[in-house]
Amino acid sequence: MAKRIEVSGLNVYYGDFKAVEDVSMTVEPRSVTAFIGPSGCGKSTFLRTLNRMHEVIPGARVEGKVMLDQQDLYGNGVDPVAVRRVVGMVFQRPNPFPTMSIFDNVASGLKLNGVKDRKKLTEVVESSLKGANLWNEVKDRLDKPGAGLSGGQQQRLCIARAIAVEPEVILMDEPCSALDPISTLAIEDLIEKLKDRFTVVIVTHNMQQAARVSDQTAFFNLAATGKPGRLIEMAPTKQIFSNPGEKATEDYITGRFG
Amino acid sequence: MSSPDGTAPPDRPDGTASDETEPKIEDLVHEDAGPTPQFGGLASEHAEHEAAQQPAEVMTESGVEAAGTKATTETGGKLELGPVGHLGDRLFGGLARGSGGLVVLIVAFVGIFLLALAIPALIDDKSSFLFSRIWEPGGDEPRFGIAALFYTTVISSIIAMLIAVPIAIGVALFVTYYAPKRLAAPVAHAVDLLAAVPSIIYGLWGILFFAPILRPVINGLSSALGWIPLFEKPPGDNVGVVFTASVVLAIMILPVVTAISREIFAQTPISHREGALALGATRWEMIRLSVLPYGRSGVVSASMLGLGRALGETVAVLIILSVPNGNDPWNSSIFAGGETFASKIANNAAEFDSPEKTGAYIAAGLVLFVVTFLVNSAARIIVDRSTPGAKRPRRNRRAGAATEGASA
Amino acid sequence: MTAVAENKPAYDGKVLDLTGKSGARAFKNTLATVLIVLAFAVAMIPLLWILFTVVSKGYHLLLSADWWSQSQRGITVRRAGGGAYHAIMGTLIMALITAVIAVPIAILGAVYLVEYGKGTRAAKAVSFMIDILTGVPSIVAALFVYAVWITVFGFNRVGFAVSLSLVLLMLPVVLRSTEEMLKLVPDELREASYALGVPKWKTILKVVVPTAFGGIITGVMLGLARVMGETAPLLILVGYSKNINLNPFDGFMGALPTMINQDRTELALPNAADRVWAAALTLILLVLALNLLARLVARFSTIKSK
Repeated sequence: MAKRIEVSGLNVYYGDFKAVEDVSMTVEPRSVTAFIGPSGCGKSTFLRTLNRMHEVIPGARVEGKVMLDQQDLYGNGVDPVAVRRVVGMVFQRPNPFPTMSIFDNVASGLKLNGVKDRKKLTEVVESSLKGANLWNEVKDRLDKPGAGLSGGQQQRLCIARAIAVEPEVILMDEPCSALDPISTLAIEDLIEKLKDRFTVVIVTHNMQQAARVSDQTAFFNLAATGKPGRLIEMAPTKQIFSNPGEKATEDYITGRFG
Repeated sequence: MSSPDGTAPPDRPDGTASDETEPKIEDLVHEDAGPTPQFGGLASEHAEHEAAQQPAEVMTESGVEAAGTKATTETGGKLELGPVGHLGDRLFGGLARGSGGLVVLIVAFVGIFLLALAIPALIDDKSSFLFSRIWEPGGDEPRFGIAALFYTTVISSIIAMLIAVPIAIGVALFVTYYAPKRLAAPVAHAVDLLAAVPSIIYGLWGILFFAPILRPVINGLSSALGWIPLFEKPPGDNVGVVFTASVVLAIMILPVVTAISREIFAQTPISHREGALALGATRWEMIRLSVLPYGRSGVVSASMLGLGRALGETVAVLIILSVPNGNDPWNSSIFAGGETFASKIANNAAEFDSPEKTGAYIAAGLVLFVVTFLVNSAARIIVDRSTPGAKRPRRNRRAGAATEGASA
Repeated sequence: MTAVAENKPAYDGKVLDLTGKSGARAFKNTLATVLIVLAFAVAMIPLLWILFTVVSKGYHLLLSADWWSQSQRGITVRRAGGGAYHAIMGTLIMALITAVIAVPIAILGAVYLVEYGKGTRAAKAVSFMIDILTGVPSIVAALFVYAVWITVFGFNRVGFAVSLSLVLLMLPVVLRSTEEMLKLVPDELREASYALGVPKWKTILKVVVPTAFGGIITGVMLGLARVMGETAPLLILVGYSKNINLNPFDGFMGALPTMINQDRTELALPNAADRVWAAALTLILLVLALNLLARLVARFSTIKSK
């Protein structure tokens, strides 16, 4: 598990509007990469292109290459559905399936892939919930609805759901922005743990969070309103926060940014 | 996530994101931005009113704010704090309450009148009203029962529902998640248009144009399943049968069921759908995992409403169903003619010459009313019990049932 | 803008299947797509067929001025000629009377439910009664009016009796749609108005109802469209007249559904068939016009509010 993502010359369009321009980067396996930048700079859009979730938006399209260990995600004959099976995603707001129990939420991805063996499902659900630091809290009520958990627990449930299918990469789109500080801390601990097994990419508005959890940080910005977002710089997190290479990065990090 | 037009490039706001950021993906079908106030007029009007007693300063551009703040900071003038009940309030409130009461009165009136006219006829009835299939009201020895009417009414409506609901779900899914955006809105309007076609036209078209093409279907079904009484075809070449009426009823209730299902499917939160897609679900799996569970109760209640409409449909059934000859034995087959409550009453409007006869038909009408009411109540109870999007967790039984489907 | 790590570890070498082209899941997905598109096609066939039938068989009579200005007076079933003026007027008059009675009660009733009675037991009772009324089939509504108007009071079968029964059908439709629209008006608006010291009734009349106005009108139009096509009450409560009768309180009255019904058993005769389909087309056009008007009002009112 865990593969390297190499992006080269990526442009994202919404219809005629260019939302993200010419992004090239490499995301290392078994590491956490954080995307930071002001609102509207295209970091979430870019994140979605890494598992082709942007295609849910009508009119959105991509130019350029996204390679997952030398396999082009946008190559001929590549099915976006298959891409999402190997590149999982966790969203801003927890979205457990409301009609399903905790167990079934975690098992849903496996069931989709045709796993029916109850024993195997039970094993995977347990290991995934443990992997998501949720097992101890829910082990006695696996048959209760997932929607009955607290927000932070729901988000960890969604992470368990994502890792149950053993993806190569986990994308997180501001996973803590709807959570309280305690729950946020729990998720951050979890991210630290996840990077032992997965390639993790996280979009965050919270710079302390980026500094705490990530190994690499990429800073996105846009030249002006209405202009496409660009990757300004990407470097090891320590370097970005102590000695950024670009003036814009420094301004943003130190809060001297509009 | 930048917006396509580039005017306002809102990324997801930090902190607690409001729901407003959610429906950015896909249509959500109606983009009604919700009602917006025409509020300025009233505010400034009111500001004017206050200006009469207060310094003219109040008349600033920003009516609402100015009037509000000035009213609180102004301490010099006399405040009029009474009377408690405005005359206008009492009048208008009274009118509104009166209308509410009127509705109650009307319904009570309907019930009482129908009962009052039906009961004497029922007392005179010499046969069992609920279980007899004979219908000979009037005369010295009135004999009438609703068994045959009840059977035909219910069986035709149920078949109609069985045909209409799967197709309606398909059309609703097509419009919300399959059709290209440019096609979706016209299709939705076209289906709505079907609901606007008066039922007498369905009836005419059904018997003249549609029934002939059903003949091979009827023959095929009866030769394959004819050993079951329900599908046994009586001799002759009659197409004005219960089955034909059912198919036409299905076409008639299709738009109703489609419209409600469509609304509910379209409301499935984007987060549920993305959750499924991010797991690598195909489009169909996304629908099965998120859209169908979310819309299930809505579809059930839509089907009930469609059933209610089919039960009460009069003219289309009247035109299509051939009334069996009085001497023929009663036939339970769906390939025979028959009469429903509504078609029986409408067919015999000319017979309402004596209170006894009228009472018999009114009694039949009452039964129809009770049946449709039960069906409609069931629909409402289902909706109330599980309003889509309700945050409260559903019971485990339901959760279990949902996964049965998902694991199939 | 490239940021490539200095020393790349080797790729793990595992090749992923990203085609997703084979397998039961892809098959099921395709099957579902096919079925859903098929359902759509099946649903569209009757619509197009009905519209084609009615338009192709009915349009030519509509092109003559007589159709819109003459009645069927003196025209026997075999003869051609005459028009549908009497039936159009009858349908419009009965619909108008229905609306005049039903709409004020419906709107005020909805105001009661949303603004005054909210949550009270009385409001729940009213709401329950409306549910009952919603379920009343048109034939039962007609029977009720028959019971009151003719059996009890001994009046004659007239157009007004039809309107009374149509009120029973239109009232719940308009009331419920109005209620939904009033519920959509955000409480902030009401509170803002109260905060200005505006009394409740003025708030309702000048803030709440105008905000929901487009939706209310749409509900009224759709309710009207529904009752115009109703045939059952006409069959029971008023005789069909080939003459022009504009008085809803006296004598039989023509109406488009009964005009269709009149000749539908004589469709073997070409002239009768022409009349039937032309009347059907006229009725569809009337109902359609109301539906389109409803949509226009809805659209217009949302634009206006922006």
